[in-house]
Amino acid sequence: MSNAVLRVEGIHTLIGQHHILQGLSFQAKNEAVTVLIGRNGAGKSTALKTVMGLYAPSKGRILFQDQETSRLKPYHVARLGIGYVPEDMGIFSELTVEENMRVAMLREDEATDERLTTIFEIFADLKRFWKSKAGNLSGGQKQMLAIARSMVNETSLLLIDEPTKGLAPILVDALIEVISEIKKRTVIVLVEQNFYMASSVGDYYYILDNGTAVHDGLMTDLIDNDELKSRYLGISRDA
Amino acid sequence: MFQAAMKKHKQKVTLIGAVLLLLLPLVAIQPKVYLTLTIAGFAMGMLIFLVASGLSIIFGLLDVLNFAHGACFAWGAYVGFTTLNSLMDWVTSTSLVQNIAAFLIAVLAAFVAVAVLGILIERVIVRRVYGLHLFQILILFGTTIVLEELIRIVWGPNDEVMPVPFNFVGNWDIMDIIVLRYPIIAILIGVLVYGVTQFVLKKTRIGLIVRAGVENRDMVQAMGHNISLLFTSVFAVGAGLAALGGLAMALFSLQVYPGMGSQYLIFAFIVVIIGGLGSVTGSLVGALLVGLSYNYVAYLLPPAAVGVNILIMFVILLIKPTGLFAPGK
Repeated sequence: MSNAVLRVEGIHTLIGQHHILQGLSFQAKNEAVTVLIGRNGAGKSTALKTVMGLYAPSKGRILFQDQETSRLKPYHVARLGIGYVPEDMGIFSELTVEENMRVAMLREDEATDERLTTIFEIFADLKRFWKSKAGNLSGGQKQMLAIARSMVNETSLLLIDEPTKGLAPILVDALIEVISEIKKRTVIVLVEQNFYMASSVGDYYYILDNGTAVHDGLMTDLIDNDELKSRYLGISRDA
Repeated sequence: MFQAAMKKHKQKVTLIGAVLLLLLPLVAIQPKVYLTLTIAGFAMGMLIFLVASGLSIIFGLLDVLNFAHGACFAWGAYVGFTTLNSLMDWVTSTSLVQNIAAFLIAVLAAFVAVAVLGILIERVIVRRVYGLHLFQILILFGTTIVLEELIRIVWGPNDEVMPVPFNFVGNWDIMDIIVLRYPIIAILIGVLVYGVTQFVLKKTRIGLIVRAGVENRDMVQAMGHNISLLFTSVFAVGAGLAALGGLAMALFSLQVYPGMGSQYLIFAFIVVIIGGLGSVTGSLVGALLVGLSYNYVAYLLPPAAVGVNILIMFVILLIKPTGLFAPGK
């Protein structure tokens, strides 16, 4: 088995008439956070949805723990041990926090109880709002619930799509702490536009542009590369 | 301050408002007639609820406006008609036990037969047009025509008299008030179905997944649940509920005819829109509103009976465009 939990090899994804992913390749290495960054419309969210099976790639391969998953249905992909937190968080607003968690549980056994204990350690607020309607939670609490929900099963890989979107700066710091904690247990692929967040938690990066990866490497290298940040991420050299 | 007080006592205010609305017809109708109309209205509401609840769940989860629901309703009535005819000894018997047994067998036969039909419709037809609303309407409208023509081929084109179990016919005289038996039975069936549906939706794991799916299907799939199996199951149960509604309505109206589904489907659509797409409780409240208002207005001003239902729908949509209840409720 290679050092990568996930290998995406030259995938093409079409949504209707639009050719979104055009030969995208990337890997998610063990014990690391891989960040997909790029401007709006670069194909970052589509990449995660394609890995999750929500879009079927027209070409290319996706390998999770060396098993090809390109043609699998989303529920099958999830059962292999991939958790997913979508951009809109996918919270079931009419259900309580507890019910949101229970929908996500594929099994209710001792191991699940242990994971729940860990989840409550990381997300202390969840216990307080356990019986509350999820729709009444604040944006930050909903994001925490979305991430907690993806951890309730035994997952080897977490796909998290723009968790800082719409969050206040103080909550971004809290989220950085949470993701830093989670990365000790699970491999993470993170889609993020907020470079502060991406650079704080990321180990590896891939810059996406027009549906393909144009640069990749260690996050520490990107932090020092003003030219790349300016060209692809719109971050001023003076920033 | 007034708004805060209203919010705090929302449930009580709603309940008092509903009771006052229910008693309003007493201004123009004599109490005894009012009671008879109210029972008939509740019965009609419960029968429409049986059809509308399935329609609502199917729309909420599958995002499919099932135009073939009326045909499922008619098929349920005809399967029940055949079953009761084949159990004629029990149907005409004076024994209440035999009457109930015949009725339950007819219910089971109608539900199972039409649920299987629902599975076929979902697997062969609907599955190809998920997300394509125009195609759904066209193909399900076509399916309705085919299913109604099949009824004409199998059972003939004419109206048939529905056999009704002996003890379901007639009335009770309670303190000089004549209460028809079958409307009371219809109300009980409606209450039972609502109770079972609510139990399954609120207290079981499958119900929890359905409620989540009504809100966000993609997320439910991404959590490891086989949504395609869930879609087929929900479509089958929805079709089965339509069949139960068809059988119950046939026993109420004492007849079956091939086009009966289309006639009642309009009420089901009104109810689903009033109650909120995807809400079973909404379907119940909407159905009772439609059933009661139809009966009161049909007594006071017969030509306006259907019109008042459309007016209610119009007013509710103006106040709350998404219907009275949220999906999954």
